[in-house]
Amino acid sequence: MKKEEVPQDKGLLDSAQTKELTYAVDENGEYTTELSSGWDPKTIALSNAIKDIEERVAAAKERVKNNQTSPIEYYMELHKMDLPILSSYVGLWQWRVKRHFKPKVFQKLNQTTLQKYADVFDISIEELKNIP
Amino acid sequence: MQIEFTHKQSAHCENGVVSNLMRHNGFEVSEPMVFGIGSGLLFCYIPFLKVNHAPVVTYRAMPGLIFNRFAKRVGIKIKREKFSNPKSAQQRLDENLEKNNPVGLQVGVYNLLYFPDEYRFHFNAHNLVVYGKENDTYLISDPVMEQVTTLTEKQLQKVRFAKGAFAPKGHIYYPTSFPKELELKSAIIKGIKQTCREMSAPVPIVGYKGIKTISKLIRKWPKKKGAKVANHYLGQIVRMQEEIGTGGGGFRYIYAAFLQEASQILDNEKLKELSKEMTKIGDDWRDFAVNASRIYKNRSPKEDAYNKVADELEAIANSEAAFFKKLRKAI
Repeated sequence: MKKEEVPQDKGLLDSAQTKELTYAVDENGEYTTELSSGWDPKTIALSNAIKDIEERVAAAKERVKNNQTSPIEYYMELHKMDLPILSSYVGLWQWRVKRHFKPKVFQKLNQTTLQKYADVFDISIEELKNIP
Repeated sequence: MQIEFTHKQSAHCENGVVSNLMRHNGFEVSEPMVFGIGSGLLFCYIPFLKVNHAPVVTYRAMPGLIFNRFAKRVGIKIKREKFSNPKSAQQRLDENLEKNNPVGLQVGVYNLLYFPDEYRFHFNAHNLVVYGKENDTYLISDPVMEQVTTLTEKQLQKVRFAKGAFAPKGHIYYPTSFPKELELKSAIIKGIKQTCREMSAPVPIVGYKGIKTISKLIRKWPKKKGAKVANHYLGQIVRMQEEIGTGGGGFRYIYAAFLQEASQILDNEKLKELSKEMTKIGDDWRDFAVNASRIYKNRSPKEDAYNKVADELEAIANSEAAFFKKLRKAI
């Protein structure tokens, strides 16, 4: 990539007021560095990934409403986690976390376990029980 | 307390941390040099590990390996520590800062609040330098940021003890002893040899063969997984290539920059030519990203489109196979 070809598309880094450093060749063919404000293919890939997460969150919310899953799954999706990640944060086996997704099991969870989940999601037990 | 530390932005976090720590200790080593000597360039498809609900493709060596190999090859020693207890992790960090020693840290990205929200995923192999502390705020030199930044004690604790794949466990590291002069020439040759070996490995998920495997999978995904999942997977390949740890295209350019620098140090004209060839391969990777992004931009593409980007990847695999053969002969 030539230095003048370093993409300066509008990216998502604007909000952080930073740019990325890239390596490119100057007019003499020597390697140098140049800042890039963003690149469309990258922004599209990232936006798609975000959209995917939003869809997962909305779907989980719907399932909580229909009493098909517990709020734990909703908060897990909201925090961009999956089962292995959530299980390592709460320090429980994956099958136990999965079991806590069942509304009936969730209802019977004790305060200590609920607190563990609340801490990971940085919310109160009250908020954990009632999703917005 | 604040240590006199020069922050220099880099394209990739681990190279950047190593290069900045080396400069702090009086050795001017560029980011591409660290990357090349540490044999950072790689391609590996890890089918059994999923991140963000898609299989992992990595374009670089495992976190920590670049520094380890670099250190061994140029003759410096590094100290690494991990902790089970967050309190002792903080104590050890503070001790180092008091001794005027900036340290490298492995952290999780999800709670790095100075990153834009969109960039915060559960990715635990990010690296940064802590170079001071004022009251309860740490002074941070994050190599991918233009400017230095800060994190409170609590915020830093959180990212140091992020969980999931590659959990950092409070990992800190720093160089402890240095030779009079760095062993650059032999280090460069060792670094290049290893990269050539790995990129031509006779394993279907590593090196140019790994790229071929992915290209075959892309052809199958739309039929096997449906357009939605196929698009998600393809998007993830591009994200890992271009963003998570500044991957494929970016890494190829860093490697080309390394070869250019190496050609001067070793006085080897062939390496300069090969640097140009690697730049071309980097351009091909970026063309692939452009065309792949077109596919998942309009969400229900024709099957033909997948085959086209798969063809592109196959061509890249062939050029890389030929490239590393030539590179092996050139040194």
